[in-house]
Amino acid sequence: MRPRALTPGQGAVVALPYLWLALLFLVPFLIVLKISVATGVVANPPYTPLLEDGRLQAHLGNYAMLIGDDLYAVALLNSLQTAAVSCACCLLIGYPLAYGIARAKPARRGALLMLVILPFWTSFLIRVYAWITLLQANGPVNGALLVLGLIDEPLVLLNTPFAVYVGIVYTYLPFMVLPLYAVLEKLDPALLEAAADLGSRPFRSFLTVTLPLSVPGVVAGALLVFIPAVGEFVIPELLGGSETLMIGTVLWNEFFNNRDWPLAAALAVALLVLLVGPIMAFQHYRADAAPPSVH
Amino acid sequence: MPSDVAARAAIPRDADTPVIEIDGVAKSFDGVPAVDDVSLVIRRGELFSLLGGSGCGKTTLLRLIGGFERPDTGRILIDGTDMADVPPYARPVNMMFQSYALFPHMTVAQNVGFGLRQDGVSASERRRRVAEALELVQLVGLDARKPHQLSGGQRQRVALARSLVKQPKLLLLDEPLAALDRKLREQTQLELVRIQSQVGITFVMVTHDQEEAMTMSTRIGVMQAGRIVQIGAPGEIYESPVSRFVADFIGAINLFEARFVRNDAGRAVLVCAAAGAELMVGQPIAAAAGDVVCIGVRPEKLRLSRDAVGLGANRVAGIIQDVAYLGGQSVYHVRLDRGLVVRAAAPNLDRRGGAGLAVGERVEVSWSPDAAVALSE
Repeated sequence: MRPRALTPGQGAVVALPYLWLALLFLVPFLIVLKISVATGVVANPPYTPLLEDGRLQAHLGNYAMLIGDDLYAVALLNSLQTAAVSCACCLLIGYPLAYGIARAKPARRGALLMLVILPFWTSFLIRVYAWITLLQANGPVNGALLVLGLIDEPLVLLNTPFAVYVGIVYTYLPFMVLPLYAVLEKLDPALLEAAADLGSRPFRSFLTVTLPLSVPGVVAGALLVFIPAVGEFVIPELLGGSETLMIGTVLWNEFFNNRDWPLAAALAVALLVLLVGPIMAFQHYRADAAPPSVH
Repeated sequence: MPSDVAARAAIPRDADTPVIEIDGVAKSFDGVPAVDDVSLVIRRGELFSLLGGSGCGKTTLLRLIGGFERPDTGRILIDGTDMADVPPYARPVNMMFQSYALFPHMTVAQNVGFGLRQDGVSASERRRRVAEALELVQLVGLDARKPHQLSGGQRQRVALARSLVKQPKLLLLDEPLAALDRKLREQTQLELVRIQSQVGITFVMVTHDQEEAMTMSTRIGVMQAGRIVQIGAPGEIYESPVSRFVADFIGAINLFEARFVRNDAGRAVLVCAAAGAELMVGQPIAAAAGDVVCIGVRPEKLRLSRDAVGLGANRVAGIIQDVAYLGGQSVYHVRLDRGLVVRAAAPNLDRRGGAGLAVGERVEVSWSPDAAVALSE
């Protein structure tokens, strides 16, 4: 069957997201791309124009620098590791949370979900600052541990990789819980009853039925946590120590402290390309493996 | 009761040992009773139907047997063992769910083999038994399909194969045919009966469809408001319903409120003011003179004739108000002289529309005393 031509109204509806993407993603990306092939100068703006005297001034020197200096590779690997570990922690904490909410009485699910979303009502920065207070040497966490007699002197929690993990897991947990909840809530309880009926103990039913059927939620949640966590720069800046080297912080420093816009732009482009890979893989997975729901 | 004989004959001969004994079981949800003091014995090889309208507790009773609900009071014994503390996964019972509950991420073969896998059956043995089960339900060659690639009827068969493959002592079927269209449902009814007699497993089926229950069952338990109101073979339930509810639920029936006069020579004599006639029932009724008794007569047991022989017992006159032609038979609505409307069904014996009676014609309606049954409220 040949697709029908769209009416003007339908065309407008379809065009809107494309327009949105073009204005807010493609155009900024092209600007960043343009800057990344320029040379840094002390001027305003602090980079050379793309065309000078009618000649193209583009070069890949900034990308060569990214590859040449270990700093960027180390920072990237650090970020990937931090994001991966945080993502795993979010999954370990978020899965039981989402499972519990999905299994709660329908009347209580809304309230429980609200509790997950509630932190978003406060500014992100304020919440990260709150962690500084919580984790500092004379803060409540150390205070509680001292009172319980678990430690004799305050632990150094703030400005450590641990603090960065705490911050990232705390901030991104809702992004793991919500897609997991969406999948688990739709899971037909009759499937678990059928598994039990066929001789499967509850834990085995979880492994053989619940877990495989929640994979789309796990993948969605993992990407929603992993991708922004890789580029995260506020949390490592505020909670991490001087030795915490993450690609987002490096980018920030190149841009604002060194005012090397071209290098920062090249870094941003490289990061984008590295992260688009997993997104494409995810889309491919969704289109390929997700069976239509069976009722 | 004469239909008792038919009931016995329908149950297989080796059926004396009970597979399941339900003893005073009750279950309520949030204070609302769903199953209320049910006692029931189902024997080996039976195809027992729990029949009732929605909300009568039939599915809850099935789930109590399967172990998905725990009874508030009472005991359930399967093969003589009390199931009180036995979880669903340890019961020698399998269930076919109304939604089929097939695992969407597994193939047909994996679905059917799931139960065997839980029991640690070896891969080769599993393959053999899965193939056997798929052959039984005539699904050979679809092993590698996923549930969403199957038609409704095929899914139903996969669900059946999956619940049969473990050879349970008891198979529970929750509205097994409800999701199929009419034609397929009728075929599958007979198919289920064939499979049941082939594997020899006791079936307990929940249904709201009285025709389905009549066609398939050895015995039917009619449920109303959490209680079993009558248990019997299909013929017994139809011909000797104990109450107005049962009589009305299973097929159509004409009801006459009549005043009891006396029992006479093995028959009961009553007077019905609404019909304007004396009624006679083919068996004595335990009532005192003057008591109001409800008498039921099935539509196909009424005779219509143009020639009035004069008034007598079970003999009333009226005018045909409406004729519904149903192909195989016609249903006549006759308004009696006192205003009561009765339903009479007659087979269309020739192509001119059976009895050839038309709307507006005056007819006499009569029936034999053995066609009538006395009903409790």
